[in-house]
Amino acid sequence: MKHTLVALAVLGLGASAVHAQEVVKLGTAAPLTGTQSHLGKDIENGVRLAIEEYNAKGVTLGGKKVKFEVQAEDDQADPKTATTVAQRLVDSGVKGVIGHLNSGASIPASRIYNEGGIPQVSPASTNPKLTQQNFKATFRTIANDVQQGLAIGKYAATKLGTKIALIDDRTAYGQGLADEVEKAVKASGGKLVAREFTSDKATDFLSILTRIKAQNPEVIVYSGMDTQAGPMLKQIKQLGLNVKFITGDGACTGEVIKLAGDAITGNTFCTQPGLPLDKMPGGKNFNERFKKRFNADVQIYAPYSYDATSAIIEAMKAANSSDPAKYAASIAKVNFPGVIGTVAFDAKGDIKDGAVTVYQFKAGKWETAN
Amino acid sequence: METLLQQTVNGLVVGSVYALVALGYTMVYGILGLINFAHGDVLMIGALVALEAIRLIQLYAPDLGLIPTLLGGLGVSVIVCMALGYTIERTAYRRLRNAPRLAPLITAIGVSFLLQTLAMIIWGRNYHTFPQLVSTTPLEPVAGVFITPVQIAILVVSATLMVALLLLVNKTRLGRAMRATAENHKVASLMGVDTNKIIAATFIIGSALAAVAGVMFSSNYGIAHYAMGFMPGLKAFTAAVLGGIGNLGGAMLGGLLLGLVESIGAGYIEDMSFGFLNSSYQDIFAFVILGIVLIFRPTGLLGERVADRA
Amino acid sequence: MNQLALAIPWLGKRNPAAARWVVIALALAAPLIAVLFGKTWVRILDFAMLYVMLAIGLNLVVGFAGLLDLGYIAFYAVGAYTFAFLASPHFDIHLPFWLVLPAGAGFAALAGIILGLPTLRLRGDYLAIVTLGFGEIVRIFLNNLNHPINITNGPQGINMVDPLVLFGWDISQGLQIGESFKINSLFLYYYVFLAFVVLSIILVQRLQISRIGRAWAAIRDDELAAKAIGINTRNMKLLAFSLGATFGGVSGGLFAAFQGFVSPESFSLMESIAVLTMIVFGGMGNLAGVIVGALALTALPEILRYVAVPVQQALFDRVILDPEVLRMLLLSLAMIFMMLLRPSGLIPAYSRYSRPELVVGKESSGEAAK
Repeated sequence: MKHTLVALAVLGLGASAVHAQEVVKLGTAAPLTGTQSHLGKDIENGVRLAIEEYNAKGVTLGGKKVKFEVQAEDDQADPKTATTVAQRLVDSGVKGVIGHLNSGASIPASRIYNEGGIPQVSPASTNPKLTQQNFKATFRTIANDVQQGLAIGKYAATKLGTKIALIDDRTAYGQGLADEVEKAVKASGGKLVAREFTSDKATDFLSILTRIKAQNPEVIVYSGMDTQAGPMLKQIKQLGLNVKFITGDGACTGEVIKLAGDAITGNTFCTQPGLPLDKMPGGKNFNERFKKRFNADVQIYAPYSYDATSAIIEAMKAANSSDPAKYAASIAKVNFPGVIGTVAFDAKGDIKDGAVTVYQFKAGKWETAN
Repeated sequence: METLLQQTVNGLVVGSVYALVALGYTMVYGILGLINFAHGDVLMIGALVALEAIRLIQLYAPDLGLIPTLLGGLGVSVIVCMALGYTIERTAYRRLRNAPRLAPLITAIGVSFLLQTLAMIIWGRNYHTFPQLVSTTPLEPVAGVFITPVQIAILVVSATLMVALLLLVNKTRLGRAMRATAENHKVASLMGVDTNKIIAATFIIGSALAAVAGVMFSSNYGIAHYAMGFMPGLKAFTAAVLGGIGNLGGAMLGGLLLGLVESIGAGYIEDMSFGFLNSSYQDIFAFVILGIVLIFRPTGLLGERVADRA
Repeated sequence: MNQLALAIPWLGKRNPAAARWVVIALALAAPLIAVLFGKTWVRILDFAMLYVMLAIGLNLVVGFAGLLDLGYIAFYAVGAYTFAFLASPHFDIHLPFWLVLPAGAGFAALAGIILGLPTLRLRGDYLAIVTLGFGEIVRIFLNNLNHPINITNGPQGINMVDPLVLFGWDISQGLQIGESFKINSLFLYYYVFLAFVVLSIILVQRLQISRIGRAWAAIRDDELAAKAIGINTRNMKLLAFSLGATFGGVSGGLFAAFQGFVSPESFSLMESIAVLTMIVFGGMGNLAGVIVGALALTALPEILRYVAVPVQQALFDRVILDPEVLRMLLLSLAMIFMMLLRPSGLIPAYSRYSRPELVVGKESSGEAAK
């Protein structure tokens, strides 16, 4: 926790510390309080690490040596707060933003960055809509839900069984992902025998599961969060349903293992955009640097926010300027080896060849499935 | 057929939890004419306190055995909730007893959110795993219907508690005083009933039932968290209205019926609406029933005329 | 306005005319003062204006007519979605706002009548629960009506809602004056919203002292007596409900245009409760109180974020209660203690026709009838 104090000090002194070199501020926004604060902090730390490393190496733009600084803001995973926070970042003259975590926060915020002419690179928001708004400088370094939905649907239909039941939690994330899964299942020759719905606050799934049971599926796909997936696994067991179970990244967590107790078995799978840390080209090395600097483990998003930061700085270097109006166009053209693999964006601003990894529950934890 | 039977069992289990909570609403409403919005959150506190107590028991007396541990946790939670119910009545509601209708209702909403916030501060926003002391592994299916020991326990415990409460209200001195107070405060106090004590007792009994319901809820689903009380609370209130608010038998009937409607409704709504509606509308049933009952038969299924009281 | 002026301590009672000018000056200068602390605060002011309008509308229902409506946000949602349907790429309809806003207000009023007709004869607390249910039903339908025909676009919400265009001039683009000077759209939105708020205040003030206002007061204070002196209580209550809903509808429409994005999660029960707290806090039945309540509680989370987080960090080296938790805590405590200790709110009503002590005070004629 000490580095938050240091961070505050840096922020406080930032204005007064006028050096010969030019200061370039980058913003990052993610939930730093609340249930997802550990993930938000992960994003912030990734950004910090990247910036400190670039500062140590020294970057020169337009003949002047520049020093990068971070302004971290808390969007509380809430859409309205996200717009306020976005406004604050634009106001304080940041040259680029790495954030937000939740798609629900990223999408309304992206509008404000776009109006302010500030490039935004999200390390975590997977909703396809984010990059479909025709904003010139909205990017992401993580695979989107189309890619993930495709992976889930294909894996379920080809490896787990052809009769598939699909449940989603009627959130923007759950429903969006489920629609992609449905398409992919059909495209891979699977048969959707039931599509049911619950909510992100529900605890009782017995009636929809009973209904599903009548259709004798081989696989249940759940598109939603771990807090529902855990109890749902229990109730699947309660009803004597013998099926394979697969979820997206929302339920690909340690939490689901805890909540499901003895109801989680080797028949449970989940997917996560990106490669597992130890399979990333720069993963092992990154993990060591990260641990040394923050004395904390990489949660999920730090490599993505690290690479998002690098993408912005590399684009500045290519344009030889930190002026968003000048360097924004260069982000679309970056192509460099990052921690997660080659960082390059497609025409929309999505990461090219975003990988999705399938995990299987084995001996008490998630292991890469084959 | 198997599916329908299974849905019926699912509905009965959920319904008996609703019924227990509905009893608390209906008792308070019968006596004070107040919707105790915070009642659902007492259920949540009950579950979380039990969780904490069970953790402690497991830590200090690991050899106690499953059922005694559960009963220990339950006992602690019932006592804490009784105290909580008394405190809420004493501090937040008693002063407003003669105030017009809106004041106590707004206070009740405030108390509900206060309890949730306090729980959020104490236990955080995460879902907690509730220890599985009664097995949730299904027994041998009977006629294709799966049922777990914990579900059977829920049915038995709620039935027992309901009978006990009926006996208490109809056969004891306290019960008679409660009925008299519900009938008319002033006359009851003229007859020598200490109405303050009776009202406090009502809150205490209702909160104890909510604590039991909370522990059953959490044992069944294996989770507990700060916002878990709100929905069951709202639904239990609907159940109380459905059965006829102020009427104990009505609350039980309403709870079971609502559980059945929700379960069977979610299972068959898609076929019944020709594919237009689906299980995403599951949470609507309670509200729609509530609206219909209040508009067309405000007295509920078993209630007496209470609609224009106050 | 006069009530607001009188509410200013010291000056208000001594020199009402001067106080009046102070209020006007403050209202006009507010964004210019706010911008000194960053544009973020101007954005917050914009939101505050929307909440003021909501609070004025809800006050009509709760404060004037004594009907507790816990699903008020549904009307806001109706207004917002009407705007989004009629002015966005979703159906590819782009009607001008002077058509869309009245349409939203009209639909909201209609929704008010539909809800009111069957339910208004219920007594206070039953009405509260039924309206709560109504609010949730509206939200659930908005969340699910993307199947089988896509009407609301489900949980994904509707994006790219048209901004306000006044006489061919898109105010979200800001106002360019000369070469170098540009007025940001946030200011323009503020003044537009302020105009709506002033209009609402004038309307409601007129209404309050009219025959209708007096009839509402009579119903609130003693429905039976009101009926006995020949007031058509049903029609009067319906009028209160639909007029209140109209304000919600207009505010919702403005919200959609301002935010550019609507989704069902913006219209949760918590929002209804928040608006209710604003009027309880400020003073039910009293315009000035309601306005002050709305302003205070909109600014509260931001103030908490600026004050509570650094203070806690300084004291404990970490954030123990994050701003969101603190806000919930303060809101719930405000609701309880306002009712117990100061039932007439921060700025109690004093006018002849608004006597909130009869709604929430100690003694009541209603109780005596029992």
